[in-house]
Amino acid sequence: MLSFTGADAALTRTLLLFPAMQPAKTQLIHLSAIDIFIIVAYFIFVTFIGFYVKNASKSSEEFFMAGREMTAWIAGLSFMSANLGALELMGWAGSAYQYGILAAHAYWIGAVPAMLFLGIVMMPFYYISKANSVPGYLHQRFGSPTRAFSAISFAFMTILMSGINMYSMALVMKVVLNWDLNFSIWLSSLVVAVYVAVGGLRSAVFNEVLQFVLIWAGALLIPILGLIEVGGWKNLMRQIETNLGRTDYTHLWSPLGHFNQNPMGVHWTGVVLGWGFVLSFGYWTTDFLVVQRVLAAKNLRAAQMAPIIGAAFKMMVPLIVILPGLLALSVLPIHLLPENVAVATNGHSYNEVLPLMLVRYCGPGLIGLGVTALIAGFMSGMAGNVSAFSTVWTYDIYGAFLNKKGSDRHYVAMGRWCVLIGVLVSIGTAYLVQHSASIMDYALQLFSFFIAPLFGTVILGMLWKRATDAGGFWGLLSGTVTSIGLWVWVDRDPSALRYVALSPAAQGMAENMYRSLWAWIVCVVVTIGVSLMTTPRPAAALEGLVYGTTGVQAADETRWYGRPIFWAIVVAAALIVLNIVLW
Amino acid sequence: MRQKHSIWFFVGVLLLVYGVAICFTGLWELKYPLAQPPVLVQLHAPIWWGAILGLAGAVFVVRCAQKMP
Repeated sequence: MLSFTGADAALTRTLLLFPAMQPAKTQLIHLSAIDIFIIVAYFIFVTFIGFYVKNASKSSEEFFMAGREMTAWIAGLSFMSANLGALELMGWAGSAYQYGILAAHAYWIGAVPAMLFLGIVMMPFYYISKANSVPGYLHQRFGSPTRAFSAISFAFMTILMSGINMYSMALVMKVVLNWDLNFSIWLSSLVVAVYVAVGGLRSAVFNEVLQFVLIWAGALLIPILGLIEVGGWKNLMRQIETNLGRTDYTHLWSPLGHFNQNPMGVHWTGVVLGWGFVLSFGYWTTDFLVVQRVLAAKNLRAAQMAPIIGAAFKMMVPLIVILPGLLALSVLPIHLLPENVAVATNGHSYNEVLPLMLVRYCGPGLIGLGVTALIAGFMSGMAGNVSAFSTVWTYDIYGAFLNKKGSDRHYVAMGRWCVLIGVLVSIGTAYLVQHSASIMDYALQLFSFFIAPLFGTVILGMLWKRATDAGGFWGLLSGTVTSIGLWVWVDRDPSALRYVALSPAAQGMAENMYRSLWAWIVCVVVTIGVSLMTTPRPAAALEGLVYGTTGVQAADETRWYGRPIFWAIVVAAALIVLNIVLW
Repeated sequence: MRQKHSIWFFVGVLLLVYGVAICFTGLWELKYPLAQPPVLVQLHAPIWWGAILGLAGAVFVVRCAQKMP
């Protein structure tokens, strides 16, 4: 769950800022015997799958890349599921209650264009280069220093985020179910560690597909029953406008002409450049956590179709996340509050909207299914983190620099140990953030530190033949240093925010967005500048790595309706129609 | 070594188990109504939602079983 979206950040940060106050919260959900059966069955099932695929995960190619034999559907659903965590579900449902339908931008312009771009433009380079990871591609394109830098920064970021994700899950389970923090952390971590260490990426991917289905099975009933209760979509919109006395909660773009005309206080340029470009493209196209799932596809066509299938389902996620938040604005008899106010008054916060709606419509059995959906979301994110960490450590750090001559069996053993060690370090990180609220603030910067400049390096590497090894390395380094430097500057002198985020009134998300943008721009400018001053590689050395060289070709598919570009256009058209209808 | 069953088989099994369990819970509630029923309890969501999940699970299981080597 490396999606540093505003809602995730807000929910996680609030939970981390007020851990001591959480026990005072009222327990939202009480489980019956059938609910416990459903949850226990889930834990047993995911562990079983890990052992079931164990024999198919013996070589390094099988363990780290799932044998590169996943179908487009499995890779696509796994690609999306690795991101669809419970924080994502609960956080954005809360944002929909807080900001209205504007929250849907996170799923539409904030994800779909980048996913389609990955499938159509970038996937051929990743796939044909046979790179095992994003740092692995950078090794082929820019050399070892760039690989080392990106691998170390990714490993650091992944482990830290895995721990934060773990602790956040435990806190949510405490609020929702009154589960003990230690119990939640250790139980879920050990189950994930077992099934990923035993079955490798294949086990993680298979479980992510299972988790994806469970998330939908557990969450889809809420919008169905909610729409029945309010009398349909039009009535819902009418009731929200009547209840709130304003229309900006029910329109996607028309309130974005000015900062003061919408509940988010955001301008359309921020939505397009922030969500739609830097954050979204950086995350979906270069974060190995999600890209690894697509690299496991069985052929180029499957690898290209996987992100397109993922994009199609991503476009539907607002149905189970945003719609419940909107329905709550219409049907909940209580008024939800910002987290800090809710903590102080022992009321219910925006972030509790999904569990509240679950309790409203679901009885025994269905509640168990809904809670299982939340747990499945957390575990899919955690499995994504540890499997990606294991691969990058083994291939791009250990195998590339520490022990180049190990046998295939040795590297698989290293990968298995790496999963266990990664989970243990993540647990340590989880306990670390328990005692230090500022850790989460640091973690929220990681995306702008490492992913935003990485996107600049990768995209130039793929699209510009003239980019040199030195240009790639110094561009990535300078982008990262710029981002960290800007953060330090604002941290030391808060008035610097007016320069970094172009407004003294900018807050959290805006600061992250603009810092990411500056980091990306510096990375691109330095890469171009240094490349023009250094000698490029001969064209023969770039085959299959860069646009315009031989070796890069589209997926082999002659039927027009079987081509990835056709389905990408269909998904893009659906996205445009949705945005126009809800304008 | 390739595994014998695809992931869709396991998805089917879990949906089938969950669907049957939830459907029977809904039927049980017809005879023993809940003390604190949820909103729209008269729609008997556990019965039809459980049936849908169970049916979907059964379809996955049967189709995957047919494709087994």
